[in-house]
Parts: sequence; structure tokens; C-alpha cells
Amino acid sequence: MKSLAKHREVWLAAAIALLVMLVAVRFPGFARPDNLLTVFNDYSILVILALGQMAVILTRSIDLSMASNLAFTGMVVAMTNAAFPGLPVPLLIVQAMAIGAALGAFNGALVWKLAIPPIVVTLGTLTIFRGATFVVSGGAWVNADAMSPAFISLQRAEVLGLPVLSWIAIITIAAFFVLMTRTSLGRSIYAAGVNPTASVYAGIDVGRTKFLAFCLSGMVAGLCGYLWVSRYVIASTEVANGYELQIVAACVIGGVSIAGGVGSVGGAVLGALFLGVIGSALPVINVSPFWQLAISGGAIILAVVLNARGEKNKGRIILKKAATA
Amino acid sequence: MMHAPAPTTVNATAPLLTLSGISKSFPGVRALNDVALSLYPGQVTALIGENGAGKSTLVKIMTGIYQPDAGRIAIDGRPVELASAHAAFENGITAIHQETVLFDDLSVAENIFLGHAPRSRLGLIDWRTMRANAREVLETMRAGHIDADARLRDLGIANKHLVAVARAMSIDAQIVIMDEPTAALSAKEIEELFLLIEFLKEEGKAILFISHKFDEIYRIADRYTVFRDGEMVGEGRLTDTAEGEIVRLMVGRSVEHIFPERTPKIGAPLLAVSGLSHPTEFEDISFELKRGEILGFYGLVGAGRSEIMQAIAGMTRTSGGSIALDGETLAPKSAAEAIASGIVYVPEERGRQGVVIGLPIFQNVSLPSLSKTSKNGVLRLAEEFALARTYTERLDLRAASLSQDVGTLSGGNQQKVVIAKWLATKPRVIILDEPTKGIDIGSKAAVHGFMAELVAEGLSVIMVSSELPEILGMSDRIVVMREGRMVNIYDNDGLDAETLVRAAAGIVA
Amino acid sequence: MTTIDRHIPDRLDSPLRSALFSWEALLVLVAVAIFIVNSLASPYFLNAWSISDLTFNFVEKGLIALAMALLIIAGEIDLSVAAIIALASTAMGMAMQAGLDTPGLVIVGLAVGLACGAFNGLLVTRLGLPSIVVTIGTMSLFRGIAFIVLGDEAYRGYPQSFAYFGQGYVWWVVSFEIVLFAVMAVVFWFLLHRTVFGRTVFTIGNNPVAAAFSGIRVERVKFILFCLTGLMAGVASVLLTSRLGSTRPSIAQGYELEVITMVVLGGVSILGGSGSIVGVVLAAVIMGLVTFGLGLLNVPGIVMSIAIGMLLITVIALPILWQRLKKARTV
Repeated sequence: MKSLAKHREVWLAAAIALLVMLVAVRFPGFARPDNLLTVFNDYSILVILALGQMAVILTRSIDLSMASNLAFTGMVVAMTNAAFPGLPVPLLIVQAMAIGAALGAFNGALVWKLAIPPIVVTLGTLTIFRGATFVVSGGAWVNADAMSPAFISLQRAEVLGLPVLSWIAIITIAAFFVLMTRTSLGRSIYAAGVNPTASVYAGIDVGRTKFLAFCLSGMVAGLCGYLWVSRYVIASTEVANGYELQIVAACVIGGVSIAGGVGSVGGAVLGALFLGVIGSALPVINVSPFWQLAISGGAIILAVVLNARGEKNKGRIILKKAATA
Repeated sequence: MMHAPAPTTVNATAPLLTLSGISKSFPGVRALNDVALSLYPGQVTALIGENGAGKSTLVKIMTGIYQPDAGRIAIDGRPVELASAHAAFENGITAIHQETVLFDDLSVAENIFLGHAPRSRLGLIDWRTMRANAREVLETMRAGHIDADARLRDLGIANKHLVAVARAMSIDAQIVIMDEPTAALSAKEIEELFLLIEFLKEEGKAILFISHKFDEIYRIADRYTVFRDGEMVGEGRLTDTAEGEIVRLMVGRSVEHIFPERTPKIGAPLLAVSGLSHPTEFEDISFELKRGEILGFYGLVGAGRSEIMQAIAGMTRTSGGSIALDGETLAPKSAAEAIASGIVYVPEERGRQGVVIGLPIFQNVSLPSLSKTSKNGVLRLAEEFALARTYTERLDLRAASLSQDVGTLSGGNQQKVVIAKWLATKPRVIILDEPTKGIDIGSKAAVHGFMAELVAEGLSVIMVSSELPEILGMSDRIVVMREGRMVNIYDNDGLDAETLVRAAAGIVA
Repeated sequence: MTTIDRHIPDRLDSPLRSALFSWEALLVLVAVAIFIVNSLASPYFLNAWSISDLTFNFVEKGLIALAMALLIIAGEIDLSVAAIIALASTAMGMAMQAGLDTPGLVIVGLAVGLACGAFNGLLVTRLGLPSIVVTIGTMSLFRGIAFIVLGDEAYRGYPQSFAYFGQGYVWWVVSFEIVLFAVMAVVFWFLLHRTVFGRTVFTIGNNPVAAAFSGIRVERVKFILFCLTGLMAGVASVLLTSRLGSTRPSIAQGYELEVITMVVLGGVSILGGSGSIVGVVLAAVIMGLVTFGLGLLNVPGIVMSIAIGMLLITVIALPILWQRLKKARTV
């Protein structure tokens, strides 16, 4: 009786569980809670990014610039840290989120004020942001030696048995859950994607909603900029190159409809974790990590095919919508 | 209906909403010119006018989507500015039109409360209260059968209407605009909607009711306002005004002259359809179309007429039955095959299925005839222009040039382009689905005149129409459809409208 | 309503006049400007060999852009083209190791490209899936297969004769690549602007429903376009593999975005329905000029990408801003 999206999450969770069990048949250690928590921690960044992307896709847009935003913000934060090792790390995190949000606002403003299709805007900023990363760094890397110990260790610290990185992901999931289901911005994001015309009648500014969604995805990408460079202890122009498609893939697998309006926090998280389980399982079952890409590609295709099947079972199509502009 | 009479007499009531001196222009078009409209509490005002008269522009002004170039809007005598949709909403104005106000993928409760959802102390949306309130609103409207948690997509059209009304109730809208609410409803659902309107009247709401159907207007409305070509041409109380008077105001000239005189020369049967069936849309359809004949198809929206025509034209698969053209059996599997055998279908939804906006006029016209205007797959522009010229001039198209984007034309002229495009294929049977829906009166007459010319030349025409005057004025014979089945075929000889309406509604004596 | 002259002219503006005020004319100006800036900025630019070298910057992407333009005009998109290059190149590498000679390698490259395009086309047209998602999927899948086959290895040692496609010259400074591009540009121009097929492509992009009602086999046309795009990616793969002389799974990474930038810069509406081959060719040349010019000035490639990204956004934004300024605020 609940919506179809609800079912999809159940199916996805079941698929992940099945995957874990299949691996565990040969390698029981894989299904151990501590290993699963490691998998979660390893893919926390993807989970967070997928949530930001979801907000954008829900408004019938797409943000292809997230990975470049991440690289740029990560570089700036790392350089700030290298230059002023005394600055407290939380301040750097705020800096990362602010820069990320500003870059997101740039995308959003072009979509909102100039009505340029989001795919074109973010295709452009994808190259611009990454190019800017090179410009600010002069092509140099920032590595472990230049980073302060606190910068590197903060996200690794354990709180209640979980690394801070995992906690950040959990907090982000919770925040997004509240935002998407319990605030008017969240509901506007859905409404703008389901029916832009009706949204206008309901007093929702669709363009502004898209703008805010882009700010959100940018902010999240900025946060991940810090998380990424401190986790892999390197900031370079090449960071997260091509990762934007993994993020979109997580959303698609999670049942977020590219046509907008349909998708959930749970779905996006599970979509990212699905990719995470596959990525973590491959080395365990002794398959070369080079399989990861092809498998996630296959998973995306399978996911869209299944999504399309679910949408097709509609009744009579006699009463077509009056298509009046 | 037996609602309690309003405590004050109608005449003494002051209007709740007054619009005066409203003008609105778009580049090249003056949509509204100094119009006025008043809505009274507890009363239904019908806004009447042909398509293109400016009704929808006015609705958009009232809902804050458009800003008028000039004019005043007052609620309760107090001037207001409806600067945005949100401002209109805050002033208690709401429109009920499912496509424009509802959200298919959201729940019923959220559809009712989007934008003004109840909040918890933390300022977050309180879903529990929202669901409870939704149930309560639906209950008051005697629509308790609708599940507040259901996804709107899973509801029928009539129930979606109820949700839209519930939304209006929930924001305590004082002014409710209903833009053709009955267009897609069955007779029973229309009755339910009218009960609801009575309920809104009792609640003292001022209602603007837009409809093309006079029976409905006389049934439910108290007052009327007539628009023609962007101007207000008359208003008053319906009890004092005869239907003919309103029609005269609407049309601006006498209606009798619209349909061309013709002496049908009907020949031998050309198209024979027998036992045609579809799994869900229609069943056991059999009829013959003769040479030089106009065969009308009448019925309510959803009676399956368009689907039959699309099947004959190769757009929809059938589950049984046969189609024969001139004795030769056809089973068109695509529009291309039907066109090749001489059957063309001029679809109902001009904007979506008919014209290709973005392409110039001549390319629209030559589209289904490209095999004739090309050689070995290579285009020959001179021939395309010649073809387009022949047919558009014959239809008296008003355009600056044939290279003009078809989207820059008025609805009526777009329809002429669509008809020209099909005629250019030199069909033997032309099926016109609601050929004059939404076009101005002048273009309408041109289309009708042209239909008469076509059949005089020996072409056979099937015309699907929901407009009684058109069906009666143009057809030689009339097929009446109801819920996917044929009710009867009538000779149009002294036939009256009532017979058709009763047959289509299933009231058979 | 007296009967005045109801003759409707074919067109109001002469074709010459419309050409002068077209997007393509603007692109020509931009190209000329960049050309002049380049020759002023670097003494090495105005030289037949420099200009010949320049063409290698855009030909492979430009070839795909020709087909991609048609696909985008028809309202679809293919993000997997770079991955197709990788897979086709990998297949050629395998074929080479299996002992095939140049003709065989070319056939393998083209066939794999075509097959990948057909796979995309089938998913989109048969199952009615959105092409953007499908090709994000196949993009990972195709390149993923290349990675499975090659890992961090590479194929080297292509036959001597195979090098001709990417390194050979037809005459003096005129490379095989640029000749092929010129020929294909004419072929695609003819296909899009002068044939019934081209007309159906525009029609589908503007209104697929009305196109179907007019007897156009929409799905079939789209399928053909996906095949064509895949095939052109195959051609690009042959050229690129021949030019580099080796195959790595990361070959042509990021090309899809440059190809799409080229198409959009060329004036093709990303929403479908309009565009021209002349525009796309000019955009390819402009992108070649920009990258090469910045290269002469020793600007690193990654910074050039900023220029390309800015170019993409400005070029789209300018007409919109221009129209805003022109007309008073309505609606």
C-alpha cells in the first residue's frame, strides 16, 4: 500500500544482503559486522555525495560538476592547512562547505537566472572547477608532509567504536532525511520535480528551488573535498577524476528517477552502498578491481531497466494530459 | 439542489472579488482589453467564451501567474496586488485544475497541504497532524473514501478533483476558480462534482466556473460573464438570460451561418470496418464510410472514439476485427502504412500530435509527403514549397511566409497547416479528430467550408467531434459511441441534439 | 475581409541575409579572432606545419561530434562514446595479438563501435529508457570491459601500415585525418541538411509524437543514429589508436564531454530540434585553435579546459542575456 519507492528500497536492501551473503559463503569474514562497518566507512564519501546529487536530480536537473568541486575544495582546504597549520580543523570544514556551496551557487545561478540546461552548465563547470584546481595549486600536490596531524587524524578518530568519517555520513543521512521529508525546502524540491507548473501555482519558485538544490550539492561536495584529501592524504588536480558518474550511478541504482520528482534518501544511500559492497567484495573474492567499473555499469543498466518496468504497469492511457503550454 | 438560501438576497450582496479595467498584451497579441469581472460570495459565476477569448489569461492573472498591464483587483473592496502565485494563494484565491495544481507522485495528504503544511514546535512538517487534517477535510466534503496516504497517481480523475477541492478548502480559499473541471469526467462524476460545488456555495465561497457546456452552466451557475476576443461583452444573471442570447454574445454573430450549405453526392461504400476491437478501449465496432460522405462520431470524452480512429490509422494495435478499403483488407501496423494506403488521421491534440513547432510551415506540410517531394532520399526544396503553397493557399492560411516557424501562428492557422499536411498526401479517407477544438470562429468556418469542398470532390471524411452543432451541422450520418461501444448510427435527417445526447449518455428511451 | 493578395512568399529574408545573422557567422568571427590572436601571440603559429598539427587536436573528437550532433538534434544523447573508443581500441589490440593485419584491425574497430552503438540504441528504443542514464551505464560498462581485459597493461606494437591512419599524410602537410574529417563533414552535412533522413531527425527532435503521427518510424531513426554515433566512435578509435600506437584502457578519457561541448558550441540545442553541421565543424575548429594556441603559449592542457568550459557556458549564456536585454520584461 505504501508507495512503490518504498518497495524499491526493500528490494535494493535485499539485493545488498544477498550479495553480502553470497560473498560470505566463501569468505565468512566478509559478513562480519566490523567488516561491514569498514565497507560503510570506505564508501561514506560516496553516500554523502549521492545525497547531494539526489536533491539536484529530484528537481529534474543533474550536477556533473560535483567531483571537480570536490577536487577544487579539497585542494584549497589542503593548501590552507599547509599554510596555516594552526587553524582548527572544524574551521577548515566550514571553509570547505562554504567554498563548495559557493561553487554550487554558481551552477545554480546559471540554471535559475539564465535558464541554461543543467547538463550544459555542469558540463562546463566540471572542466572549469578542475582547471581551477590546477591553477590554484600550480599543478603541485599537497601530500601528507604538508598536512597537519589534526587535519589527517580527525576523521579517523573513533567515537563509540565508529570513525568520525562514518559519523559524518550518518549525520548527513539524518540531516538529509529531515530536510527532504520534514522541511518546506525538501518538499519543494520534490514538488518542483513532480510538476513544475503546479509548483508555481502552489507558490513554489521552481528556479529558486533548483538553485538551492545546487547549493546543497555544492556544499556536500565541498565537505567531501575535505574528507577525501584527508582520507587519502593527498590533494591533487586528479583527485576524484571521473567520480561524478559514480555519484549519478549511485542515485540511479537507488531508484532516483532522472526525470525528477521520484527518489528517497534511503534509496540514494542504498544505491551508494550497493556500489560499495561490490567494490569491497571484488578483492575479497579475488577478482581484479578492474572489474568494478564494468559491474557498476551493468548495475546501472539493470537498475534503469527494472525502474522502467515498474513504471510501465499503468492502466488505460485514454485520458492523455491536456498538453497546453 | 436543496441548499439553504443565502441569508441576504443576491442583489444586496457585495462582490467578494472585483477585477476592473484589466488589460494584458503579449508580443503581437492583445489578450485582454479593459475587461471586468465580479465574483460574489455563495454564488457561481460562469465565465463563457470561445477558446482564445482570453479566459485562461484572466485565470492566470487571478492566480498571480501573469501581471496585468493595467487594471485593478480588489478583494472585499480592498485593492490587492497579486504579484505572484504565492500572493494569490495568500489572498485566498485558488484554481482547481488537476494538471496545474496537483502532484502525481506525492501523497493525497501532501497534495492538500503542500505549501501550508502543519508544523511541529521545531518548525518541521508534522506528518501525523497533516494526515489527520487531510482526513478531516476529505470527511467534511463527504470524500472520506479517499485514502490520505495514497499516491495521487493511483487515483481516478474524479477523485483527483476532490483532492483539488480539498486543497482549496484547506487553505480556506474564499475564491475558487474551476477551469473546465468537467472536461474529463463521466456523467456520474459530474453530478458528484456539482454536489461539491453546492457545498462550496453553502460555505460562502465565490466560485468562477469555466465551461463550454451550456447545460452545465445553466445547471450550476448563478451569474455569467461573456468574453469575446479579449473583451468583456456581457454579464448578468442566468435566470434572466436565454441561452441564445449568451451564444450570440459569445459568437458575435448569428450561429446559423457557420455551417456551409452543401448537397451531398454520396457514392458507393469505400471504407468498411467490421467487428474492430481493442483489449481495453473499444469493442465490436462496425461501420461503413461511403465516397463523398461525412460520417460524424459523437460521444462523451473517453467513449473510445479517438482510439478507434488511431487504430484505423495504424497508430494503435487491435485485438480483433477487420478494416477494408475499397474491398481490400488492411491491417496497418504504422501510420506510414495507413498513409500509403490512403487513410490519414488528423489528431485531436494539435500541439502535441499535429504540428511540429520549431519547423517552418512548408516543412510541416511536406512531412508525410517527403517520399513524393524527394528523389532517392534527397530533398527537393522547390517541390516542397510548391506542395506547401498549393495546400496552404487553398485553406486560406494567414502567414507571412512559408519559412515561418509554425509555432508563431495562431491556433486556427496551425490547424490549417495540419489539415494541409494531411491533404497533401492525397488521401482517400481523412479522419478529423475534433477538427475545430480550440480555434477561433473564423478559422472554424474555414475548416468547415473546406470539409464541404473535400467531400464534394469525392473524398470521404470521418469527423470525431464533441460539439453538437458541429456534428449536426456537418455530418451526413452520425455514429454515437458510449464507453467503447457503438450505440447507434443515425441518418442526419431531422435529427435533434437531444437524441444524440441521450444516446451518448446511455439514456435510451 | 476583402480578398487581398493571399499569396504567401516562400521566405521573407534572403538565405544570404539569414546566413549573415546566424550562429555560424558568429562562430566564423570567433574562429578568425582566435586565429589572429594566435598568430600575434606566437611567432611559431603562422606556419603550414603548425596549422597541420593543430588539426590533430580536434579531428577524432570532431568526427564523433558530427554524429553526436544528429543524435542530440533528435533529442537523445550518448555519453558512452569515449568508452566505445576504449573498447574498440582494446578489441583492435586483441585482434592484433591474434595476428590480424591492418585491414582486419580496422574492421574490428569499426565493428565494435557499431555494435556498442547498436547496444545503446536497443536499450533506448526497445526498452524506452532515457538515453542519458543508459549511456552513463554503458560508459562504465564499455570502459570497464577494457579495464578487465587490460588492467594496467597496454597493447603496443601495431603494424607499420596501421600507423598511416593517425600519422600519415595524403599530400604535403595534409594529413589523412583532416581529409577524412573533411569528407565526413560533407557527408554528414548532406545527410542532415539535404536528405529526407535529416529532415526526420529535426522533426523527431522537435516533436516525436507528431513525427510518429506523420508516419515517421521514430524508434528506427533513433536506433540508426545510435549506431551511427557508435560507428563514428569506432572510426575515432582507429585514428586515435593509430596515432598513439598503443592502447590503454584509459584512452580517450573525458572525450565525451569535449564532444558534447563541441556540439553545443556549434549551436545544436541540447534540448533537441535544431542545429547545423557547419556550426559543429566550426566549433571543432575553434576548440582546436584554442587548445593549440594555448599550447604554443605553454599553457598546460588542464588550464585549456577552463577556457573550453567557459567558452561553452558563455556561448550559451550570451544569446540568452542578449534576448533579455532586447525585449522588455513580459510574462
